[in-house]
Amino acid sequence: MSNEISTAPEKVKGIKEPLFSPKNKRLLYDPLNNSNPITVQVLGICSALAVTVKMQPSIVMALAVVVVTAFSSLIISIIRNIIPNRIRIIVQLAVVAAMVILVDQFLKAFVYDVSKQLSVFVGLIITNCIVMGRLEAFAMANKPWPSFIDGIGNGLGYGVILVIVSIIRELLGSGELMGFRIIPEIAYEMGYFDNGLVIMPPMALIVVGIIIWVQRSRNKKLIEAK
Amino acid sequence: MEHVNLFIKAVFVENMIFAYFLGMCSYLAISKTVKSAVGLGMAVIFVLSVSVPICYLLEKFVLKAGALAWLSTDFATVDLSFLSFIMFIATIASIVQLVEMVVEKFAPALYATLGIFLPLIAVNCSILGGALFMQEREYATLGEATVFAFGSGVGWFLAIVALSAIREKLRYSNIPDPLRGLGITFIVTGLMAIGFMSFMGIKL
Repeated sequence: MSNEISTAPEKVKGIKEPLFSPKNKRLLYDPLNNSNPITVQVLGICSALAVTVKMQPSIVMALAVVVVTAFSSLIISIIRNIIPNRIRIIVQLAVVAAMVILVDQFLKAFVYDVSKQLSVFVGLIITNCIVMGRLEAFAMANKPWPSFIDGIGNGLGYGVILVIVSIIRELLGSGELMGFRIIPEIAYEMGYFDNGLVIMPPMALIVVGIIIWVQRSRNKKLIEAK
Repeated sequence: MEHVNLFIKAVFVENMIFAYFLGMCSYLAISKTVKSAVGLGMAVIFVLSVSVPICYLLEKFVLKAGALAWLSTDFATVDLSFLSFIMFIATIASIVQLVEMVVEKFAPALYATLGIFLPLIAVNCSILGGALFMQEREYATLGEATVFAFGSGVGWFLAIVALSAIREKLRYSNIPDPLRGLGITFIVTGLMAIGFMSFMGIKL
């Protein structure tokens, strides 16, 4: 069953299918696990690492990426048949940039502090490879609803990694989660120290490396050939 | 002298890859051999130092609040800065196209080396990142913006060439299976970044 789904996405034309058919559910769940955009497809790493010092900005960033991937996939999929092939990159960039401007203005209006923390990284969603990659690989060849689901799924897959990395870094680095103290004061009195190194940018890379290691030792199929 | 400081800061202290993780996707994908890494690195230096100054002029004379005052006093209150994302990415995409055509016409040898890497650069985060940092840090003159862009490009070049050299050696080492490929590349980059952190204490 898995093969016919991936190879012939538009074969079932005309047959009315329920909104959450098994096929669409797989589009949603796969990126969370076996085709995760960050650890398997190697897309969108740039912003994934820089915003993960604390949990709150990474959750906001994850939501922003979900919104942008989902709606730009939807829009591109609606107009996919009238985009001339030669200039499709520019058309995609224009759609994505418009979505990102909307998200950026929204963040500035409602969560100004977080938007200041994220600084240029909201703008960099435009060149986030997840968005472009999914537009090229999926939305250009599929109907709007599956593309929308695919966008949400990949955005969430990205968000999951972001949140995991930020939990590790915030817990070890400052002993807090979402700004609330987790490690009790008494531990500090007994000689516990926050690990300042985890706050530094390089540790984000190492944490992602270890996540990849764990995922690949659980799922042997993902191991790269020699 | 200020320009030299800015250049050194952009190359080492605020390295695009090790301090901000910009352009990671192509950094990980194209760093398998030193030869292609050098090609991509050169292309990034080139495009960054051409497109960031143009974005600077655009920012200064079109997008900033009150920037249109040179046109007529009626426009003195217009603030177009919310358009900067779409303007910058359009500028970068068209410059990449233009650079590709010019290089193909006038320097066929260089074009053959850069080859497929040029079009890829339009979606490299480090270019847009350079433009957005230029906007956020409000560099005062065109010279500063250009030096910053060139320095960032050189920093990116150094990083990708160093990583590709390490990866060529890694091929002969005995790495645990699940860590092979992507995983070890991440960890190596992290260790390199820790090395680059030693530049952070330098006050320029």
